[in-house]
Amino acid sequence: MSAAPGALRRLRLSSFARTLLALCVITVPVLGGVLPEDEADVMYHSYNGGGISVVGPSVLVRKKVGDSLSFTANYYEDMISSASIDVKLSASPYKETRKQWSGGVDYLHGKSTYSAGFINSVEPDYKANTAFVSVSQDMFGDLTTLTLGFRRGWDDIYRDIKNPDGRIINDPTFHEKADHRGYSLSLSQILTRNTIASFNYELLTDMGYLASPYRKIRYLSPGQGNGYTLADQIYPGTRTSNSASLSLKHYLSWRAAVTGQYRYYRDTWGVVGNTFQLEYAQPWRQLTFDASVRYYKQNAADFFSDLFPRADYQNFEARDRELAAFHDWTLGVGAQYQFPHVSWAPWVSKSSFSVNYKRLMINYSDYRDALLAPQYGAGSEPLYKLDANIFTVVFSLWY
Amino acid sequence: MAAILAATLMMLGGCASLPSVPLTPWVKPYEREHFADPIMAANRQPISSIYFEHVWESREDARGATGAVGGGCGCN
Repeated sequence: MSAAPGALRRLRLSSFARTLLALCVITVPVLGGVLPEDEADVMYHSYNGGGISVVGPSVLVRKKVGDSLSFTANYYEDMISSASIDVKLSASPYKETRKQWSGGVDYLHGKSTYSAGFINSVEPDYKANTAFVSVSQDMFGDLTTLTLGFRRGWDDIYRDIKNPDGRIINDPTFHEKADHRGYSLSLSQILTRNTIASFNYELLTDMGYLASPYRKIRYLSPGQGNGYTLADQIYPGTRTSNSASLSLKHYLSWRAAVTGQYRYYRDTWGVVGNTFQLEYAQPWRQLTFDASVRYYKQNAADFFSDLFPRADYQNFEARDRELAAFHDWTLGVGAQYQFPHVSWAPWVSKSSFSVNYKRLMINYSDYRDALLAPQYGAGSEPLYKLDANIFTVVFSLWY
Repeated sequence: MAAILAATLMMLGGCASLPSVPLTPWVKPYEREHFADPIMAANRQPISSIYFEHVWESREDARGATGAVGGGCGCN
């Protein structure tokens, strides 16, 4: 499949991946056989880096009905404006909006909690539906919580093109599908009166069209143009990944909390990733301050190359920078202010306002800034770097 | 220390009770007040933390098992 002239570029992350993230919002862990509190959150989020700006709102509402049922609804929106390095290299800057609705229900029965939900994500060239179920069991005097989950996703992938009159439409010759399945196991364990550990394992499988229809590989073409030629990516039709993480959260004697986490990741595309994260939370009067540092490192996928030696060099070819070798650091700070109880709204048990900021710094090891090829020559360009500023502002209400 | 070792054995060996090690809950309910403190919540600000997971997910190949929420969270 060849991308039509004027084809637009979008974020690489599949809608399945995006929608699954919502599960994190609507499946708050239930500990000690108690449903989560009734809560409403309103968030504004912003990402700015690498020529991409993504902003938008998110609204989450959770409400109990009786003692056993808790319902959740979430609306999330991304307003994307992109002129990333990929866009500049092989497509056109674009603006678009992705809207996501999700709903879920938790049913508490004794020491067990059963959860189910559905997520729908729509953007001009990607539609995704995801269903999920999970069961959580408290045991061993409520020191241990075991959770098993399963999810299934169905994606419809289109490709946007620009009409001669300037309108953006779906390419009528392009419509692909992708299926996803996920199996998860989570075990949380109170170790001491100050320490809790959690282990998470997740198996994810994908099948279907897994590439971006917009991004390109490049191969050497001495004497032509900038010394390289662009061509379509060719991805395998399946991927299976295994990931496991272990985290420890500890309560410090001066009323503070520290959390350490490690995650190991491996997939059938040859990528191995390691993630280390450290977080610290310090309350002070009505405020709680947060600080965090995160390090991530991965090697390249087996079929990734920044610059292939020639056309049709191998069966599978990719130049997505998410499949390159790189490492990144994320530094974060945040503050949450808890409002005093308001007498004019007795139904509000508590409310808070929080601001979180993170700076993401990615250093690629084998992905070069191809836009500089005219200056340095193909394959000799400086390695690409990406810095991004990310923040959220959240108002929360418990009732 | 013995409690940590016992818990580790339990996590490694699964949740089934070990016949030779008669485990009983070693942290009593009245000793768990620190876990009720909001700063010890597994995910203090779900709507915000999951957004940051979303950002990392879009820039990195690794996915899953973030443990940000437990509870069958996809966190893909």
